[in-house]
Amino acid sequence: MSGLPIVLFDGTVYGMLLFLMSVGLSVTLGLMGVVNLAHGSFAAIGGFASVVLVHRLGMPFLLGVPLAALITAAIGGVLEAVLFRRLYRRGPLDQVLFTIGMVYVWIAVSTRIWGAGQQPADLPAFLQGQIALWPGAEVGAYRLFLLILGGVLAAGIFFGLERTRFGARVRAAQSDRDMAGGVGINVDRLFLLSFAIGAGLAGAGGALAIPVIGLDPSFPLKYLAFFLIVVSLGGPGTVTGSLVAALIVGIVDVAGKYYLPGAGGFLIYALVVAMLIWRPQGLVART
Amino acid sequence: MTTPRSNPPAPLNLTVAVHDPARRRALKLVGAGALGAALSQVAGGIAFAADAEPLKIGLIVTYSGPYADYGKQMDNGIALWLKQNGERVAGRAVEIVRRDTAGPAPDLAARFARELITRDKVQVIIGLDFSPNAMAIAPVLSQAKVPCIILNASASDIPKKSDYIARISFTVGQVSAPMGTWAGRQGIRTAMTVVADYSSGADAETAFKTTFEAGGGKVVDSLRVPMNNPDFSAYVQRIKDTRPEAVFFFFPSGDLPNNFLKAAKERGLAEAGIRLLATGEAMDDSYMQAAGDAGLGLITTHHYSTAHESDLNRKFIAGYAADNGDYAPNYMAMTAYDGMAVLDKALTATGGKTDGATLMGALKGLSIESPRGPIEIGDKTRDIIQTVYVRRTERLENGKLACIEFDKFEKVQDPRA
Repeated sequence: MSGLPIVLFDGTVYGMLLFLMSVGLSVTLGLMGVVNLAHGSFAAIGGFASVVLVHRLGMPFLLGVPLAALITAAIGGVLEAVLFRRLYRRGPLDQVLFTIGMVYVWIAVSTRIWGAGQQPADLPAFLQGQIALWPGAEVGAYRLFLLILGGVLAAGIFFGLERTRFGARVRAAQSDRDMAGGVGINVDRLFLLSFAIGAGLAGAGGALAIPVIGLDPSFPLKYLAFFLIVVSLGGPGTVTGSLVAALIVGIVDVAGKYYLPGAGGFLIYALVVAMLIWRPQGLVART
Repeated sequence: MTTPRSNPPAPLNLTVAVHDPARRRALKLVGAGALGAALSQVAGGIAFAADAEPLKIGLIVTYSGPYADYGKQMDNGIALWLKQNGERVAGRAVEIVRRDTAGPAPDLAARFARELITRDKVQVIIGLDFSPNAMAIAPVLSQAKVPCIILNASASDIPKKSDYIARISFTVGQVSAPMGTWAGRQGIRTAMTVVADYSSGADAETAFKTTFEAGGGKVVDSLRVPMNNPDFSAYVQRIKDTRPEAVFFFFPSGDLPNNFLKAAKERGLAEAGIRLLATGEAMDDSYMQAAGDAGLGLITTHHYSTAHESDLNRKFIAGYAADNGDYAPNYMAMTAYDGMAVLDKALTATGGKTDGATLMGALKGLSIESPRGPIEIGDKTRDIIQTVYVRRTERLENGKLACIEFDKFEKVQDPRA
């Protein structure tokens, strides 16, 4: 059993994917207080956009993915202005019903356009196969790519929220929306932008994830539980929390399935229950 | 109604060339007479159709939600058979009453079955894409003595649940068991199984293990994967480290088989000398093209490949393409097509009688030629007996993947029959 290093690597990569797809949800939940169950739809939009760009129009993968993220961000922005804005002051039940309804609308729309089947998502040649990091430790080329890219994006998000003026405004609006508006921050525009960025990140995550986890219309529903696990474990509204939670979920899931395949599928749910009893407010509590 | 019975326009055309008014009138009368005769023939046809009331068929299947494709495929298959056979089943017009369960919904299926029988007065029920739905309607069928032809549900026990059920689709065990035998014949001695953790997965695991070990092989490890499993890296790594000669996997058709194949390709299982074996679910027509290069060379056992070489299959595929364009048929369309053929043959044998006991009597032991090859409904089991093919996934000249049959097992039934 060549085991542990490979399991840790695979788990970290899987965690990175979960992080990218979930972090936008954490931002909307923490910042705007919206329980957006339709968040997975943005990951699916990114996935479908990249399929259309890369496979139908023949665009290079490395260009198609960022473009897919931009398209998703634009759609997210429009939906925020038209639909989600109305939900901010409503109760959680309204939000949950509305957004789960949106998931079904999205599933029907994408089935109508692309059919119920799975979409092709072949990788470019240079990302296929395995690379030997050192003798005996072969890792998937695409997984290595995901690890590096995920790391860069996570650092970018962290820097953007903690070190820029925009990030400071977001954090201000998060702790007190009315006060932030009172000191001259345009809260509406801020929300629009953060929502679009969150959607764009989900779109990027979706576009990057589909070569590993596939894409069909039921995507947003199928992986919803994983997004919610990451956000609730990490604590809503914290990027660091989401990252740590996603990595824990990824590593525990992969390690469990490798070492204890009999119990592997159940392990992460046990972990979630235990962690939420221990820290119901999430790993990194919102201040 | 579409069959032409006479050719009346010919005398009418003559009038155009004639200029003498009197002769024209006379000819018009002739023309009108011919038309009248034709009309009376058509009326006779209508009267004939009215003699035998239309056959009422209840179709319980999925038309909405993530599995909406199932209903669409079956509708297309039924429509194609009717179109190719003069829109009649055993000489009678057909009225189909459709009910949508929107996926596995046993309560709903049972309610629909009751409504179809008591209110719509259907004479036979067909369809049933999900096993729990088929199980749920069994008591209703027994009570009402209404026959049912199962067009997809593949859990082993279904025909045992009611004497009024006949199945013409397949069972998971039926297509998994031949793979174990075939692998043994190839000289494969050690294998691992990986199945989705639900009842059909367990059926596949047991069926493969039984025949493979009967041939002298050994299953060294059996993995069960949760139904909702996005990332296969851990399982594939475990397979690679265990180093069996082959791995047999079963997942319901959908994204799981492709995700598994991609992880297997990425980790180089084939290069490590581990052969990949599966059932046809891994190469479902709606999903297989998305597998891409990762699907190439996969060996599968199944009852139907759209690439099956036979005249009837070519007729089926060409007819389907003519009606539905790029929307390709899958095994559900083919089974629904067969459903009509089976009903036609059974009703012809009963002389049109549709009461439960008579129709079930005709269905037992009935055999037809299907686009998949010869099929038979077991005399005692009321379950499908058919050829199971061994296929290799190859890329055709048009760039599409297809399952090319190269070996077969004849008259296979469910291993638990």
